[in-house]
Amino acid sequence: MAYKDEQLSEEKVFKDPVHRYVHVRDRVIWDLIAAPEFQRLRRIKQLGTTNLTFHGAEHSRFNHSLGVYEIVRRIINNFQDRPHWNKDERLLCLCAALLHDLGHGPFSHSFEKVFKLDHEYFTQQIVLGDTKINEILERVDKGFAQKVADVIAKTYEDKLVVSLISSQIDADRMDYLQRDAYFTGVSYGHFDMERILRVMRPIEDQVVIKSTGMHAVEDYIMSRYQMYWQVYFHPVTRSAEVILTKILHRAKHLYETEDFTFKLQPTHFVSFFKGEVNLADYLKLDEMVVHYYFQLWQEEDDEILRDLCERFMNRRLFKYVEFNPNLQMNEWMELYKLFQEAEIDPEYYLVVDSSSDLPYDFYRPGEEEERLPIHLLMPDGSLKELSRHSDIVESISGKKRTDHKLYFPKDRLNELKDQALRARIMEILYGQGEKVDVE
Amino acid sequence: MLNNHAKLIRFFSEANGVTGRKKLQKMIYILQKCDIPFEEKYQFHFYGPYSEELTLRVEELCNLGFLQEEKEDKSNYYQYNYNITPAGTEFLNQFSMEMPDMATKVAMLKEKSSRFLELVSTMFYFDDLPLRENIEKIHMVKPKQKYSDEEIQEAIRFMEEMKQEGK
Repeated sequence: MAYKDEQLSEEKVFKDPVHRYVHVRDRVIWDLIAAPEFQRLRRIKQLGTTNLTFHGAEHSRFNHSLGVYEIVRRIINNFQDRPHWNKDERLLCLCAALLHDLGHGPFSHSFEKVFKLDHEYFTQQIVLGDTKINEILERVDKGFAQKVADVIAKTYEDKLVVSLISSQIDADRMDYLQRDAYFTGVSYGHFDMERILRVMRPIEDQVVIKSTGMHAVEDYIMSRYQMYWQVYFHPVTRSAEVILTKILHRAKHLYETEDFTFKLQPTHFVSFFKGEVNLADYLKLDEMVVHYYFQLWQEEDDEILRDLCERFMNRRLFKYVEFNPNLQMNEWMELYKLFQEAEIDPEYYLVVDSSSDLPYDFYRPGEEEERLPIHLLMPDGSLKELSRHSDIVESISGKKRTDHKLYFPKDRLNELKDQALRARIMEILYGQGEKVDVE
Repeated sequence: MLNNHAKLIRFFSEANGVTGRKKLQKMIYILQKCDIPFEEKYQFHFYGPYSEELTLRVEELCNLGFLQEEKEDKSNYYQYNYNITPAGTEFLNQFSMEMPDMATKVAMLKEKSSRFLELVSTMFYFDDLPLRENIEKIHMVKPKQKYSDEEIQEAIRFMEEMKQEGK
């Protein structure tokens, strides 16, 4: 029997708190899960620093990847005899679903920003490079790895296949919303996925939703909206991200400073600092390794690096106030100078963070074809964009969804000996009276 | 602080008005590919390269009052037009920022249709492929657009002009 058709002698299942069971019968999928590059995802948290806000959020990209695979497996089962569905694409869809996040690194978003990296590039490298994953995919068929890479990159010719893994209502989002809700413990993020799967219909180049299932999709859009504000954009998580980003900037700066020597040579970071990251280096750096360095950097001679690492490891985060760059530009410039006067380096300790700095998105109608929207399949066979038909979705789509926050170490300000200087900084940050900080 | 926002305001200041979100997406991507240091991250979507980061940043600029967004009802869809506001100009004046001159490039892009810019940006997206494979890929990922050979040749010429401009 050809490798691509090989089935395990009996079905294997992974117990899963979100989908109850993840079912595996294909030998190829079983082998991919066992590959070292996939096992590495166990050591990368799905939500990065969110566990410092919601302590349950310790789940990994491994959990999520299995979840996306399971959802796609169920969708394909539902599509079996529907028009437009090409049964030959089954294994391709399953592999792409399983491997779609393979290139994520530790604290992916911060690392990408600081070191100008792209996890999608590394996904391609792992799928197409000299790896166990590539070896397995090429055993399926010569050129199969390239097909999987194309589906993940969204450049595969069959758009229907792409839209299962990546669209505004795809398996990726359906898994992470439910999984993140479960592990953070919030009561948002729940929607009737079974119902959505039942009303999904394949058409020529996308998956659409039978119009009778609109309310289930409204629920999904609503939970997406609530999760963004309650979990993903949580200001405390953003504070941890700000500190993490500054640690990486500081460590890179010190590496480039001739007269500074790390007590422990930062071997795993060197290629990142130099901007010469190759696949082998990339795969070696997981969150366990990053935490190891942060632990040791608390004993480095550089005061800023030491302090930032101590803050990150012990959750001594920055406080924040709302910030409006339009109305407060002059105040910002004054604050910058006052921080310098107070010998608190504003490059590291006075940070504006914007909602666009985060890697999450809202539902967008995309009516000008900048982005494919969710389409409802009407009884007459026509397609209608969701927000044109749903008052709830239209209402959410029109909401103001951006904000800017100013982060700073309030504990350091409280320690300032120059009372006049302290008072002026506090006045700018908090107005006349100091407000209570939100935890 | 807000460096990437300032770069975008500079763009809107040079462009003196941009018509359509799709066109905006493609203009910034093509400028990126021509070494103008915009940092918005792009991915390939149904209609070519698309940046959610850019969409959100433009939304932020509108909410801050630095850009004005006008929604135009085109019967079967809405079109969004963008213009810099006096507050946006003032913000830009307060901001010290090194940015290469992009006025001519922006003017060249503004003259083109969003359909044409979709083709150009998609060809740029696959510019690591040899030209023949790049063209094959265009037909494969955009069969519905039915780009003609003339349009593809025009896109190749335009890409070269854009890259050479200012050198």
